[in-house]
Amino acid sequence: MNFKLKIWRQEDPKSKGKFATYEARNISPDTSFLEMLDMVNDELTERGEAPIAFDSDCREGICGTCALTINGQAHGPKHPAAACQLYMRSFDDGKTITVEPFRAKPFPLVRDLVIDRSALDRIVQAGGFIAARAGSAPEANSIPVPKHNADLAMEAAACIGCGACAAACPNASAMLFTAAKVSHLAFLPQGAPERTSRVTKMVRQMDAEGFGNCTNTYECEAVCPAEISASFIAKLNREYARAILQRSVGE
Amino acid sequence: MIGKLDGKIPPGPLEQKWRNHKNNSRLVSPNNRRKFEIIIVGSGLAGGSAAATLGELGYRVKCFCYQDSPRRAHSIAAQGGINAAKNYQNDGDSVFRLFYDTIKGGDFRSREANVYRLAEVSNLIIDQCTEQGVPFAREYGGLLANRSFGGAQVSRTFYARGQTGQQLLLGAYQALCRQIALGTVKMFPQTEMLDLVLVDGHAKGIITRNLCTGEINAFAGDAVVLATGGYGNVFFLSTNARGCNVTATYRAYKRGALFGNPCFTQIHPTCIPVTGQHQSKLTLMSESLRNDGRVWVPQRAEDCSKPPNDIPDADRDYYLERKYPSFGNLAPRDIASRAAKEVCDEGRGVGPSGRGVYLDFADAISRLGEDTIRERYGNLFDIYQKISAEDAYKMPMRIYPAVHYTMGGLWVDYNLMSNIPGLHVIGEANFSDHGANRLGASALMQGLADGYFVLPYTLPNYLAGQIGKRPSTDHAEFKRVESEVRERVKKLLEVNGDRTLTLFHRELGLLLWDKCGMTRNAAGLREALGKIPELRDEFWKKVRVPGEGESYNQSLERAGRIADFLEFAELLCIDALERDESCGGHFREEHQTPDGEAQRDDENFAAVFGWEFQGNGKVERPKLHREPLHFEAVHLSQRSYK
Ligand SMILES: Cc1cc2nc3c(=O)[nH]c(=O)nc-3n(C[C@H](O)[C@H](O)[C@H](O)COP(=O)(O)OP(=O)(O)OC[C@H]3O[C@@H](n4cnc5c(N)ncnc54)[C@H](O)[C@@H]3O)c2cc1C
Repeated sequence: MNFKLKIWRQEDPKSKGKFATYEARNISPDTSFLEMLDMVNDELTERGEAPIAFDSDCREGICGTCALTINGQAHGPKHPAAACQLYMRSFDDGKTITVEPFRAKPFPLVRDLVIDRSALDRIVQAGGFIAARAGSAPEANSIPVPKHNADLAMEAAACIGCGACAAACPNASAMLFTAAKVSHLAFLPQGAPERTSRVTKMVRQMDAEGFGNCTNTYECEAVCPAEISASFIAKLNREYARAILQRSVGE
Repeated sequence: MIGKLDGKIPPGPLEQKWRNHKNNSRLVSPNNRRKFEIIIVGSGLAGGSAAATLGELGYRVKCFCYQDSPRRAHSIAAQGGINAAKNYQNDGDSVFRLFYDTIKGGDFRSREANVYRLAEVSNLIIDQCTEQGVPFAREYGGLLANRSFGGAQVSRTFYARGQTGQQLLLGAYQALCRQIALGTVKMFPQTEMLDLVLVDGHAKGIITRNLCTGEINAFAGDAVVLATGGYGNVFFLSTNARGCNVTATYRAYKRGALFGNPCFTQIHPTCIPVTGQHQSKLTLMSESLRNDGRVWVPQRAEDCSKPPNDIPDADRDYYLERKYPSFGNLAPRDIASRAAKEVCDEGRGVGPSGRGVYLDFADAISRLGEDTIRERYGNLFDIYQKISAEDAYKMPMRIYPAVHYTMGGLWVDYNLMSNIPGLHVIGEANFSDHGANRLGASALMQGLADGYFVLPYTLPNYLAGQIGKRPSTDHAEFKRVESEVRERVKKLLEVNGDRTLTLFHRELGLLLWDKCGMTRNAAGLREALGKIPELRDEFWKKVRVPGEGESYNQSLERAGRIADFLEFAELLCIDALERDESCGGHFREEHQTPDGEAQRDDENFAAVFGWEFQGNGKVERPKLHREPLHFEAVHLSQRSYK
């Protein structure tokens, strides 16, 4: 298969970026999208041109490193999947494919298709954990957790932290990301002691990073490679309201 | 000079060694802990858990990783589960049994004392992770569920769907985040360690490159902990993440740390087969699938091109069940991999390349229903579907062995300290617990054991004598090593040849897979040992590394890693040649039993091989040090899974 690629090139955060056009030739349909970019890069290198910077690591959809907007959609057209799980058989032969980085103000650009997502780490640092010092835990089966709650916690915890939700959202909101962590820990009895402070701190940090608010467009859910449900955002809102209420009555 | 290798195994009966050792270990008082700076390279299960725990204890920690966030360390990709001796299933498990299975699984090439300790702390890990909020699978009554993994006849594996590594890593990452917020841990993402600095023979710092800016920096610490994972990518195609590398451990080796058993590599039986040249990596299908999947190939070579569902049961060869009736499809990895190679070598492999076998769920689906199978393995079936465009609920998966894990690593003693004082090595990066073959669900256990429950107790043994000895990065040694690192970066960029990095890496990988893969022989290893230096010379003459050193440059990152693989591959083959026996994943064709199983030679090779780098940057034959293995609690036997 052959493709024409329109790819965002930008040398560093300060310089001005632009689209550049490349050809990808003789690509087997079983090639993954990132492998196709590898091949283009090898050709560019051989020609003495600068290869396209794009980030990836596990290449099986779990590490959350790859962050490409393909033909205007975060992670491309095949949902649910991260860009690394996209195969060229999903595209029509001869078509033009546009590739950009995830764009959201809190994700500054590093180079070409690489962005800085440390804002997401800082949201977790603000409270996305259970304070359980190593060595202090009770016997694991001493606190039974209803299977239903454990399953819900797992569904929320499946978030891979890629940031597609914020990139797809017209408001660059990271509500789905934050909601996933808040919900995961709120569904478990172990998360109960810090439930109130956790949600307030995480939401405050999310706002401080410059992420926008949720206006229910659900683009986040549509692009999420881990299929995190937008209903967790409702859970986040409830958790937040509960925390504010508790605080206002002095609890 | 390195004297006799001393594993520093504590005296006393096996069950009391760890307790006695803890009671006799030195301590660092809470007031003094903040005087120590600990450098931890790696933020996976091992590094992440160690950084969080040492931070909790009050040490000042600096943690480094090459990804843009510690949460993306390769541990995230582990699928199947983590072992522990809880015996929640009431099926006869115990600390001793987990210990015994691990020693036997490793084909009697690991230290009894280390493995026993691992089994002992396994239960604490499950407690710890559950408390952190790891959403392990549960039964309807709310208690934890288990599944089985290879090499065991009990159900002791805890899991979180097919994403156990992700959930365990997020647990450690969240604990780490808490310490970052509290200021005890400072995190340096996208920062690659390029060398180790020794001052007066002690590991006291590292040299790093900031992958975003290209800046080269020095960091000093009171101790250095390497938790940099495995080197499977030396084979080019493996189930490891793209960035996995040997750089940190190899460069420590070049500074004098012994490399232990480098030829002990694990080839995992159930991966999606190679489809073509374009592939950049292979994908694992978790071993947990063998709980319910049955492995088979056609009885007759001429049936191989038929659609699998058209081949009646009588014409199928369920070869694992046939050869190993008591373990069946759950035979250990090394054995299951070789069995797959064998049937494919006989011409009975399936798929376009003829190098594949079926993993069939039809029986399990008719017994348990599709919903149950979906609940157990849904995400794995999805991964398979995305890559192969086939529906494994309707037809069997096609799988083939692929490089997956490395048991070898830097040599460490019972305290997890290498022969270089102050240099500690944890997780997959060390050689310690898995002998010649690792059992499924034991790497996650080992990484977390090392980080949460072993290193925090053993590190003070070293630190207690080191108050006030941390050098400044102005020390001449730091300057010297830093300038060597700069020189090497410059050299890579200056070659400016016409061949791509991919070509060199692929060629090296194919050579190793061919000569030092699932089976090995002396002639092939000698051939590889002739070719690797040639390929390396060519690399330094013909490679093209575009871009500059002082900016974000992914080609340069890769070039450094491939250059190290090109040296390390030689060490791997030297070790494989020297170990003139078969054991676990190291199968020397010259040494097999009449029915084709690995034939150990306990008299000559019941020992750890620790290799010492020789020469000033030139790759000369390394010097071998042997640490004899003594077995008191287990009886050395021919491993049988029949
Ligand atoms: C696909 C797959 C599935 C698996 N499934 C299972 C399973 O079900 N059960 C099980 O027990 N095991 C499993 N394993 C094995 C297990 O996941 C690994 O052995 C384990 O996670 C390794 O953890 P680690 O902390 O030692 O290293 P890693 O998680 O690999 O972490 C290495 C860290 O070191 C950093 N690093 C590396 N080099 C440098 C450098 N030069 N400078 C700075 N930082 C560096 C990286 O950034 C990273 O943070 C699986 C492995 C694979 C590949």
